[in-house]
Amino acid sequence: MMEIRTPKTHKAKRVLEKRAPKLVENGKKTLILHGTKTSATLSSVLMELYRLKKGGAIKYSRRNENIRPFESGGETSLEFFSQKTDCSIFAYGSHTKKRPDNLVLGRMYDHHVYDLIEVGIDNFKSLLSFSYDKKIAPHEGSKPFICFTGEGFENVPELKQLKEVLTDLFRGEVVDNLNLTGLDRAYICSAISPTKVFLTHCAIKLKKSGTIVPRIELVEVGPSMDLVIRRNRLPNEGLRKEAMKSSKDKPKKKVKNVDQDDVLGKRGRIFIPEQEVGKTPLPDKSKGVKRERREGKLKKKNKEEGSASKKHKESE
Amino acid sequence: MDTEMDQIYQIDVGNLLAFNPNHRFSSAPSSREELVKECVTEGTKLVQAIADTLFNFPSTESVDGPLVQLPPPTTKLPREKHLPRPKPPTKWEEFALKKGIQKRKKDKIVYDETTDKFKRRHGYDRVNDDNDIPIIEAKASDEPGEDPFAKRLDDKKKRVDKQQKNRLQNLKSAAKAGALPSHVQLAASALPITGTKAQPKKLGKEELGDVAGLAATSTASGGKFDKKLPGEKPPKKQGKHHKYLPVVPRYGWVDEEKEQTNKVLGKLLSKHSHEILNVGKAINMYNDKKEKKKSGRSDKLKPKKDITKKKPYANKAK
Repeated sequence: MMEIRTPKTHKAKRVLEKRAPKLVENGKKTLILHGTKTSATLSSVLMELYRLKKGGAIKYSRRNENIRPFESGGETSLEFFSQKTDCSIFAYGSHTKKRPDNLVLGRMYDHHVYDLIEVGIDNFKSLLSFSYDKKIAPHEGSKPFICFTGEGFENVPELKQLKEVLTDLFRGEVVDNLNLTGLDRAYICSAISPTKVFLTHCAIKLKKSGTIVPRIELVEVGPSMDLVIRRNRLPNEGLRKEAMKSSKDKPKKKVKNVDQDDVLGKRGRIFIPEQEVGKTPLPDKSKGVKRERREGKLKKKNKEEGSASKKHKESE
Repeated sequence: MDTEMDQIYQIDVGNLLAFNPNHRFSSAPSSREELVKECVTEGTKLVQAIADTLFNFPSTESVDGPLVQLPPPTTKLPREKHLPRPKPPTKWEEFALKKGIQKRKKDKIVYDETTDKFKRRHGYDRVNDDNDIPIIEAKASDEPGEDPFAKRLDDKKKRVDKQQKNRLQNLKSAAKAGALPSHVQLAASALPITGTKAQPKKLGKEELGDVAGLAATSTASGGKFDKKLPGEKPPKKQGKHHKYLPVVPRYGWVDEEKEQTNKVLGKLLSKHSHEILNVGKAINMYNDKKEKKKSGRSDKLKPKKDITKKKPYANKAK
């Protein structure tokens, strides 16, 4: 026996529609949680990551004992949380003797684990330790610049995956229109060795230059850390192909020669081909020149003349 | 964008992303600070490159500042959820397609001929309201003694139920194709016990705990020696309930055991033993029993009794 359940309130309906699969998706939300043991550095890393991604991240404060991302059974909790909070990226921190200051960054597809990458955190500098002019502090939720430097990001497959994951993590919402005054942060990732990436967060200072384009100056404000690649798991090919499928692959038919004007409304353009005056066939007036008609006309004419002359004769 | 060092950056303006694949960091870094400085300067160059293209876009002025139209991002990133799947056509849609039936747009206001007014199609004071019909003419096919108004209500109910069933079937086939609409959930409701209309009552935590104790009362020792499962709560006064009166009466106190036996004997052998029996009540009980047997009620339709509920005076001696 099945029953149909629909939401009883409009708010619930809107939430469900927001979470439904769509052609153009919402920005990915991040789930930040930790395992049974965390070190001081790791807990501050997680806290600052949450602060950087405020508005698009959810942080769990309890410890989770049964999450082991790289083991086959240890992902069920993560998938459940992802389902409940609608988060498709997660950052799981743990601290063990074998893997100190361990951070696992992972992505989900359809609330199942898509790929994972495990990094260790070295040389962490908290954002509280940076001193800078508070006026240039980046605002919450602003769209960041993301910069990658180093040939490692192209040659080493793990770094390639890390580049993709970091782009996904820091990107935020995909927007059509951007306010140029709201550009105030940048993430700099540099591959200093084939296994190490230096990540830092900077605020942007726009300085006057001669042209429209201002001169950019970066000031380190946020956390900076070294990420040492440990383990990773790539997505399997079939899943990757499916996830990379986008609706733009079959573009919708563009309506040509129609444009919207604010003043005049919807305007269309019509193209008229060139008139070749000499070559256009004239209309067929052959009806008028048909023999019977011609003769009939003549007869009528003669009749009229005849009667007119008769009248003339009679009158005379 | 080429610089003197012939570096070409890979820029994705839609994502505000820039990648410099040509920079080589020295494998023996001088010091931490120098390394950090180098990274930041390289980063600055990249951000400048993006800003160059960005600020050269045509901008529209708005309240907050110059707005710029960003191009769509070029780096492909995996989706969060699958692409929405196409919904399979419903039974009606298939039928309409086959027959060539077009959808017609219906007006909200319809002309009502009986009252010569324009009324709304649905809602309060609507056209062709079922409840408003004062007279239903009898047809030759009607049975006498059948209420046509009730019949109309019944028909409507049947139609509504049929529609619900069809809707459920359509949603099921959509769910099978993975295209259930986002605001609908199909849930399995509880299975009914065949033959009864009542739903099986869900036992609560305390009631489940009591069930073990109840079963214990059926043992000879009252559940005193039953093996307990780990986590089972200790029983509430298990074992047989005995009240042992003192055999030897205390000095100055009433001999309770003697009193007990005397009471029972007295009741049995009293001269006025007929006064103990309430004759009226006995007759009523007898008659009731007789009548119930006659009516022949079928126990199958009655909801099953709740075994966990204890009758308050079941164990008291009459």
